[in-house]
Amino acid sequence: MNRDIRQSFNEVTVCNSEPETEAFGLRLSGVLEAGDVVALTGDLGAGKTTLTKAIARGLGVRETVTSPTFMILKEYRSGQLPLYHFDVYRLQSAEDLYDIGGDEYFDGDGVCIVEWADIVREAIPEDALWIRVGYGDEEETRIYTICNQ
Amino acid sequence: MLNGRTLTMGIETSCDETAVGIVADGRTVLANVISSQIDIHTAYGGVVPEIASRRHLESINDVIDRALREADCTLDDIDVIGVTYGPGLVGALLIGVATAKAISYARDIPLVAVNHMHGHIAANYLAYPELEPPFLGLVVSGGHTNIVRVTDYNACEIIGRTRDDAAGEAFDKVARVIGLGYPGGPKVDRAARQGNRDAIAFKRVYLESGSYDFSFSGLKTQVLNYLNTERQAGREIPVNDVAASFQEAVMEVIATKAVTAAKEFGDDLIAVSGGVAANSRLRELLTQMGGEAGIRVIWPEPVLCTDNGVMIACAAYYNWLKGECADRSLDAVPGLDF
Repeated sequence: MNRDIRQSFNEVTVCNSEPETEAFGLRLSGVLEAGDVVALTGDLGAGKTTLTKAIARGLGVRETVTSPTFMILKEYRSGQLPLYHFDVYRLQSAEDLYDIGGDEYFDGDGVCIVEWADIVREAIPEDALWIRVGYGDEEETRIYTICNQ
Repeated sequence: MLNGRTLTMGIETSCDETAVGIVADGRTVLANVISSQIDIHTAYGGVVPEIASRRHLESINDVIDRALREADCTLDDIDVIGVTYGPGLVGALLIGVATAKAISYARDIPLVAVNHMHGHIAANYLAYPELEPPFLGLVVSGGHTNIVRVTDYNACEIIGRTRDDAAGEAFDKVARVIGLGYPGGPKVDRAARQGNRDAIAFKRVYLESGSYDFSFSGLKTQVLNYLNTERQAGREIPVNDVAASFQEAVMEVIATKAVTAAKEFGDDLIAVSGGVAANSRLRELLTQMGGEAGIRVIWPEPVLCTDNGVMIACAAYYNWLKGECADRSLDAVPGLDF
């Protein structure tokens, strides 16, 4: 993304419940534009898809956003902007993403969210917004860290 | 035509498998060739090295040749060519669609577009020659978890679907975190037979009352939380018990919802398909719960449950009978719904 949206957010956002995550996702969706790439990292079950669902709702996507792990990419076109939801969990490297033409969606007509983005780090555009999703002390707590790659 | 029978070729490249099948009169399997990458998957410990469309491109011609040889026929004998056009990965789908269009054009064979999900349901027509709609369909796989009312050939209404992870995906991920590896379905199934399904009380997620939808993401997190707690306490993980308890939490919900739906809609038969249809506990539970309600439960053999070309050929045949052919502008539709 050309403008620096990192300015609009604290580096670390702590959400203690799903409604708080929902609010964070909605806020993120408000600053996203066509061509933006959100690169998500974090352990299995941390809540990468949950955050994606919130961003999707914020973008006005009407369909239920489900895990793209099996398909690798799911497209949603019912919102203000097309949403391309990637999950590269089953891939091994950036090379695999190039092979399936995945990078062609970046800098395109919609917003791309890439789960497990660290697996395909070399393929992610330099100006992507990297967010690490981590666990907190409580079972419900999630910590979102905006990082430079 | 071969010996007076209509031959349909089905091409499937929506995800990992490059598969081609040939069926006679829609119901008899003459050839079923699947170029699977499962050995490679296992070698890499659960990560698919190459789901690339390149892989489909490299295999497709060879898979078609093998299917023709297996069926002991040539392209001259093929009357209908069916192809999966969605849902799936666009680059992968396009290889199948382009190949089918090329053959259709070069040989002047009618082209039929098939929805991959209708293909899974059609697998049951191959396994049970007397089966006819209507019935209740349960499609459970790595990418899908759906309860549908099958009203006609290739016509259905979705009454339940997953809101997050598919059942098969949950199995793969849990298998990985408890160290069972890939493919998760059969490995968890096997480990579960040695374990106690009541050992760990994982919460069943039924969602709101009356809903036939599913949610497995929370169960995955429950398993992870359990593992973390046990590890932090320095206790050894009872892998077989985790497998059995997790599997029970998934299958009890699926079986209960499917049987409840069949009762509500007055269906006396549930046809299960998709890779997870091979799960022994799901079969047990469905048979038991279905039996108590006077509902028969059927499933095809495993080779028809996972992605294959014959199920696509069968579905294509019924579309063709209805006169539903595609023209050469056919394109892949990655997000195709039922």
